[in-house]
Amino acid sequence: MTGQRLRAGWLRGRALVIAAPYLWLLVFFLLPFLIVFKISVSEMETVQFKDLVTFSDGLLQLTLKLSNYAFIAQDALYLSTYLASLKYAAATTLLCLLIGYPFAYFMARAKSTIQPTLLMMVMLPFWTSFLLRVYAWKGLLSENGLIADLLIDSHLDQLLAAAGLITAPGRLMHTPFSLVLGMTYTYLPFMILPLYGNLAKMDLRLLEAAADLGANAWTAFWKITVPLSKAGIIAGSMLVFIPCIGEFVIPELLGGPETLMIGRVMWDEFFSNNDWPMASTVAVVMVLLIIVPLAVFNKYQAEAQEARR
Amino acid sequence: MKQANTFNRWFARGWLSAGYVFLYLPIVALVVYSFNDSPIPNVWRGFTLKWYAALAQDHELQAGLWLSLKIAFLTACGSVVLGTLAAFALIKYKRFFGRTLFSGMVNAPLVMPEVVIGLSLLLMLVSVQRAVGFPERGMMTIWFGHLLVGMAYAAVIVQSRLLDLDPSLEEAAMDLGARPSQVFWLVTLPMISQSLMSAWLLTFTLSLDDVVLSAFLSGPGATTMPLVIFSRARLGLNPSVNAVATLIVVIVAVGVLVASWMIANAERNRLRDLAEASRA
Repeated sequence: MTGQRLRAGWLRGRALVIAAPYLWLLVFFLLPFLIVFKISVSEMETVQFKDLVTFSDGLLQLTLKLSNYAFIAQDALYLSTYLASLKYAAATTLLCLLIGYPFAYFMARAKSTIQPTLLMMVMLPFWTSFLLRVYAWKGLLSENGLIADLLIDSHLDQLLAAAGLITAPGRLMHTPFSLVLGMTYTYLPFMILPLYGNLAKMDLRLLEAAADLGANAWTAFWKITVPLSKAGIIAGSMLVFIPCIGEFVIPELLGGPETLMIGRVMWDEFFSNNDWPMASTVAVVMVLLIIVPLAVFNKYQAEAQEARR
Repeated sequence: MKQANTFNRWFARGWLSAGYVFLYLPIVALVVYSFNDSPIPNVWRGFTLKWYAALAQDHELQAGLWLSLKIAFLTACGSVVLGTLAAFALIKYKRFFGRTLFSGMVNAPLVMPEVVIGLSLLLMLVSVQRAVGFPERGMMTIWFGHLLVGMAYAAVIVQSRLLDLDPSLEEAAMDLGARPSQVFWLVTLPMISQSLMSAWLLTFTLSLDDVVLSAFLSGPGATTMPLVIFSRARLGLNPSVNAVATLIVVIVAVGVLVASWMIANAERNRLRDLAEASRA
């Protein structure tokens, strides 16, 4: 009798624990997305959208307006903006990996007593406002800014101009350079933290074994450390790459007319042109772009969790 | 060999130092230039506190700050509750209907572009509002958006703590006759309380910082502080932004240091209790 009641109570608890967040996500995450998809294929009437499925004169009609998708596929502006977003996101990911991997590696190999402090110091900027830190770069890179002066005095700006990263020597703001720098700065902790988590767990006896077998430090690093940290590299890269594609605030504050990214295009379609179906279409295509990296990320997350059990 | 080691050590130190300079330089510059007595930003003309004095008169910013604090508080509380439930569902129950969909939906807001989340939530809320005349766009709709993202972050933090828990403690409590709800309140909750606190703090700061979701979901009269700052920063450099930034940096730094000291203290106490318990 008590056992039965216990079991019923347990089941009720279980149902509640699952149902509350589940329903919330269905209503506030999945449903809105389906609505966006619906609007992207809807005819826009003056204020209302036409229903996709209509029934009149005994005729069930499904209207899908695909012209927005066709337009995006053909229009050079949209296509180049999507490609530019992918390009800047990839460049940012690569830079974060180049800076972040050695950083995380040295953190993980530092004395274990100072590691918590080192970790804390990576997290701390993450707690202070992201918006204000991006704004700070605006100050550093614009005229008379600290970094701007430093680059110009050392003539590195001519190198950047020659590489096509800035429009002309002396002008650093509103260029691909300032955009990628700002995104690298913002997303670097997202690369460092998973890598550190991975590298700190590594069994160092493997390196000793490699040394005993005659491998030098460099070989051991490439043959053992790097392959073992693959999960961390993938997690970090995805955490940088995916949000960068749809980034809006950083391109708006640090980018320029030639660094148009897709988040900005969607924003303009919605807020300036009031074209909701077009904005929805851009959003759907954006999600299609990130769905593959997202699936990769989820797979590795699940595997990492399994490994911890 | 020895020489190579010293070189490696200095290279490691150099790389770490350069990395930290990169991470902290913009914050230091923000703070320094908030004291700059010059109408032209970036040109140092001596020390002043006038930008801070101007903040006292800045009613737009003050109203924004108050609204942001309210939303951040509600977001943090809601996120911890929903995130903990979601984490429990994912860790404790290996099988239920639509579990894959559920775990995908919990993680997706972490990486989904904010512009997409903002747009889709707004379009749904507009549809609902047209149908039933509710909800008005404003504080509550911003809260919905922040809660969606905050819940995902909270779920990740709580999940990783739940994975580290020793299941035998909960099993022992059950064997001793505790009801599931008692097990949760008396055994599980105290053990995960630190992660709940970090989740609360993180979602609070995330909400306090958000521009994109708020821009989509705010209505007339509901301008959060980041929206005020963003619209000023778009126009160019603005010393009032530096002054606000400095205040935020100081408050956050103190808050995080105090919180982490408290967490470390609690952990020490827990370990001491454990040691004493095992001795007894």
